[in-house]
Amino acid sequence: MEPGHLFNHKHLTSLADLSVEDVELVLSTARSFKEISFRSIKKVPTLRGRTVINLFFEPSTRTRLSFEIAAKRMSADTFNISAVSSSAVKGETLVDTALNLQAMNPDMVIIRHSSSGAANLLKRHLKTSVINAGDGTHEHPSQGLLDMMTVIEHKGELAGLKIAIIGDIAHSRVAHSDIIGFTKMGAAVSVSGPATMVPVEVEGLGAKVCLDPRDAVADADVVMALRIQRERLLDPLIPSPHEYAAFFGINEALLRLARPDALVMHPGPINRGVEIDPAIADGPRSVILDQVTNGVAVRMALLYLLMGGE
Amino acid sequence: MSPAGGNYTKSSHGPLFLQNGRVIDPVNGIDRQADVLIVAGRIVALAELGQGLEIPAGCECIDLKGMWVVPGLIDMHVHFREPGEEYKETIESGARAAAAGGFTAVACMPNTAPVNDSQGVTALILAKAVGVSCRVYPVGCISRGARGEELADIGEMKRAGAVAISDDGMPVSDGQLFKRALEYSANHGLLVISHSEEVSLSRGGVINEGEISIRLGLRGIPNVAESVSVYRDLALAEYTGQPVHIAHVSTGEAVELIRRAKARGGRVSAETAPHYFTLTEGDVGDYDTNAKMNPPLRTEADRQAVIAGLADGTIDVVATDHAPHSRLEKDLEFDQAANGIIGLETSLPLTMELVRQGVLSPAGMVELLSVNPARILGVEGGDLGIGRRADLTVVDPQKGFIYAEETIVSRSKNSPFIDRELTGKAVLTIMGGVITHREL
Repeated sequence: MEPGHLFNHKHLTSLADLSVEDVELVLSTARSFKEISFRSIKKVPTLRGRTVINLFFEPSTRTRLSFEIAAKRMSADTFNISAVSSSAVKGETLVDTALNLQAMNPDMVIIRHSSSGAANLLKRHLKTSVINAGDGTHEHPSQGLLDMMTVIEHKGELAGLKIAIIGDIAHSRVAHSDIIGFTKMGAAVSVSGPATMVPVEVEGLGAKVCLDPRDAVADADVVMALRIQRERLLDPLIPSPHEYAAFFGINEALLRLARPDALVMHPGPINRGVEIDPAIADGPRSVILDQVTNGVAVRMALLYLLMGGE
Repeated sequence: MSPAGGNYTKSSHGPLFLQNGRVIDPVNGIDRQADVLIVAGRIVALAELGQGLEIPAGCECIDLKGMWVVPGLIDMHVHFREPGEEYKETIESGARAAAAGGFTAVACMPNTAPVNDSQGVTALILAKAVGVSCRVYPVGCISRGARGEELADIGEMKRAGAVAISDDGMPVSDGQLFKRALEYSANHGLLVISHSEEVSLSRGGVINEGEISIRLGLRGIPNVAESVSVYRDLALAEYTGQPVHIAHVSTGEAVELIRRAKARGGRVSAETAPHYFTLTEGDVGDYDTNAKMNPPLRTEADRQAVIAGLADGTIDVVATDHAPHSRLEKDLEFDQAANGIIGLETSLPLTMELVRQGVLSPAGMVELLSVNPARILGVEGGDLGIGRRADLTVVDPQKGFIYAEETIVSRSKNSPFIDRELTGKAVLTIMGGVITHREL
């Protein structure tokens, strides 16, 4: 990254919109903010007087809390709107809801929504900055960034690494952002899972598709499991959770094929015993809780950079 | 007797003398400079230049040097939203959009509210079509309520003026019902138009299935959702010996199935829409709901296959699937937005693009936009022969224009072609001797 690289973005809806230099700037900014969370007084005045709205149309504990803590540690005022208390139940459209929020002059709207492209729709209608906190099966860019930050902490850099992601790649917004982010930064991404969840067209995102998860995991520096969502059973994409666990779950036998120092990651929340063996999730190679810690730092950096912090 | 398509009762225009145009009339084997004389709503004379036609007194003479004079364009697949959703389009506003696009006749699909599944609704549509700017041919439902369960009163709708039957937008999933519809429509000489879609394969989909659907996180509709159903419909048509018309062909697989059925001598015809030979799934871009329709925009390979199908006659008709929606239905999350785009005012220039590319001859274009839809629907038109009804369109093949939102005649503005530079425009539309659109 050139010193003094300027972050010329007002919104973040997809990691595809960020350059390598942009990603490096977000991550270096996040690294510098991370220590704030370890002070006894966890607050800096940087975003004092700024207003941040969390507009969440899907249930979320961790991501919403992570954004809220990030904003508060930067001294911004935060407000949470969840689907049950929003106008959505009264039949108001997403655009109208957002325009009404804008009329109260917030500086940032962070949206989570079940429809892919919901953040893109807001971005077209709002003058306020918009962050996509997960839209349908499209992207979850802040998760992609925190995953990259976590890997860099342990591996030094991303270029040349092999990342294996196992799960429902086609329908995972986390996987989409991770594949786009990691490959942008020079890592190779191999993916595997049931072919109903990992069609060959996934290669369009830049990942290598392996029918056998052992091929994806072989010599990997990072092994990531994705949450298997219950509604996918009805599609039907897989026969049952236990059949999934038997053939695609991350367990000791599979992990043995990765590099000895491989990291184990999971975006949460975990279905223990389905996509990952509990012993692995809690084991020495797991950095799952580091991901959560870094999430706050990455979101502090995003709020700062997108709101035009100096 | 061919249906009248509504009774146009505006006072008949005086005689018109169209001079110096290039008359393209494939039915009569004509493609040359000629003068056309229209009197009392009929074509009464067609003469070589300088042959000295006697021009009646009070006749308006229009010089058409550099223009093409073609049989009035016919769009056999439009959705006018009357009755029920007049805020999107009425029969009157849709007909004005049709005239502005060079169309003298349209066939309107039955998925109104209520659906056109009875002679009462058919009669209502025809009553509303009296005096509007184009002929309106109602298409009735195959099944009552378009629910796909039992046959609608097809004979009564025919008697009231329907020219075909279709459950467009609500594909007939039940093979037995579709077979019965083909058999029963034979009694009434009504064409069955199939919206061929295997719903178990397309359910919930909003975009073509492939790399782009995955990247955008949108549920895909695979090509096979169309081709599996097209195969069923062709097989049933062949089995029953009845004709079938396949609507809005979007995939290379469907083109190939239709090509083979025709080679076997099957009584099959097919249409595609300009967006399928102009755009691809990539045009969805950043979740542009004006690029959302069913079937969805496909790949470049499909687009090329559709063009090849137009070039070799596998596809008989260009029809727009003109589907007006307001911002209420389009300014939404992509998966919540309605399917469909308007097309009447862009169909001609987009089809002319294929002429400029050398894919179609001018006469070939006239067959796709006029001759074939008239023949397939069994209505008068597509023919500039002496004594024929004077339905004709004058095209300026060189005229360029920007398709700007504020110039759209249709009541709805849902088009992916807004702000696009287009070439080739209808500058004069004449229906039954009456000028319905004029910009020269």
